[in-house]
Amino acid sequence: MQQIKISDSHAYYGDLHVLNNVSLSIDKGEIVSIIGPSGSGKSSLLKLLVGLLLPKSGTISISNKIIDYTNKAHLNYARNKTAIVFQQYNLFENMNVLKNVCIAPYKIQKRNKEEVEEQAIKLLDKVGLKNKLNSYPEELSGGQQQRVAIARALCLNPEILLLDEITSALDPELVKEVLDTIRVLASEGMTMLIVSHEMVFVKELSNKVVFMDEGEIVDFDTPQNIFESPKHFRIADFVGKILK
Amino acid sequence: MDRLIQELPSFLSIWNIIFLLKAMGVTFLLSLIGCLVGFGFGTLLAIFRKTKSALLIPLRILIVIYTEIFRRIPFLVSLLLIFYIFQIGKITDSLFIIAIVTVCLIATAFISEIVRSGLESVSQTQWDAAKAMNFSYYETLKEVIFPQAWKVIFPPAFSFFILFIKDTALASQIGVMELTFAGKVLNNKGFSPILVFGTVLILYFILSFPLDRFGKYMERKYATN
Repeated sequence: MQQIKISDSHAYYGDLHVLNNVSLSIDKGEIVSIIGPSGSGKSSLLKLLVGLLLPKSGTISISNKIIDYTNKAHLNYARNKTAIVFQQYNLFENMNVLKNVCIAPYKIQKRNKEEVEEQAIKLLDKVGLKNKLNSYPEELSGGQQQRVAIARALCLNPEILLLDEITSALDPELVKEVLDTIRVLASEGMTMLIVSHEMVFVKELSNKVVFMDEGEIVDFDTPQNIFESPKHFRIADFVGKILK
Repeated sequence: MDRLIQELPSFLSIWNIIFLLKAMGVTFLLSLIGCLVGFGFGTLLAIFRKTKSALLIPLRILIVIYTEIFRRIPFLVSLLLIFYIFQIGKITDSLFIIAIVTVCLIATAFISEIVRSGLESVSQTQWDAAKAMNFSYYETLKEVIFPQAWKVIFPPAFSFFILFIKDTALASQIGVMELTFAGKVLNNKGFSPILVFGTVLILYFILSFPLDRFGKYMERKYATN
């Protein structure tokens, strides 16, 4: 079953054409990684799905519903099905860890407060941060903040998890703790779209890999084909440089 | 000095004290109403100005024009302008109401800019995170943006309030019996200007000092939060 289907989509930041005729299908439970040089449109693709960047043309369907991003109910639907973890964590700086994780399920999804808190504590335990419930983001390391951001996204009970270069702002020793968390989620069958520069991780976990350049999807294939027998010069060049 | 000591008992007569306290009340009310109304409407204007909806473009333009005009005209000019508009339009004869309307218009313009700067100081990433989790504009402001913006809004807002208490002295120019005007009246009655305006100075200090302390307290509270 297709969980995400993007067809012939274009998107702009002002005059800048950031997504150019993008088409992509992702099945339920699939883990798809997006790779490509900086400024190639990888993060824009994730922002497109949650409506932080509006498509100019093309169709996008999420969990079998075609989304009209100018329609509030459609936008709510898309955002209920997806959860995004940002590169810079974007934790709410005025809230402690527990409140960061609980606020949207409780205030926006109108779920039972006790039930949400119980789930939040379980998730924070899962990412190794149960002892930091009352800490504020500024009191946490980058790796800890990123894991809180993952717990916050998961507490929304999304069908699709979007991860935007979640290890790029971290020290090497913190990368491992975040990637371990993602490995656990992958083993549980969560549909994930991951923007990453961690090629070993991409190879190990992804069912498919998208290569983007200058706002276009250059190739969409298995990790094996992308890394070992790339069809395009641009991919071979990028992979060659990054795996050196 | 001898003259001051001589005048003191008659200056501190019950009638003079009541007269000065009444004038102090007028200054206090002008400042309080100006600040409260200014804070309420100023915050509303800042919120509307931050919206992105194309439907609200005319409103946003009006807000920019209003704030830019009232922040640039001297207090006294605004006061006289409103005074004569009210006179010509026969709206009211109450000088106090004319002064209140003026202080509210000015405070709203200044505070809307202070609040807007506070809102701008919160990173766009906080708006994005809230949006991606389906927060409405109102919920984003209430839960995420304002709690982070207060620490940026409070210091200039309280400085403005304190300046404002002093600026209301200009209402005396149209005849509002506020603290400075009351001082002039007592001075005209023959009391020493040092005694009269020294007392007025102390009364202004009594009005503004607690507000200054309250401002410092709020800054500390929100800075640590």
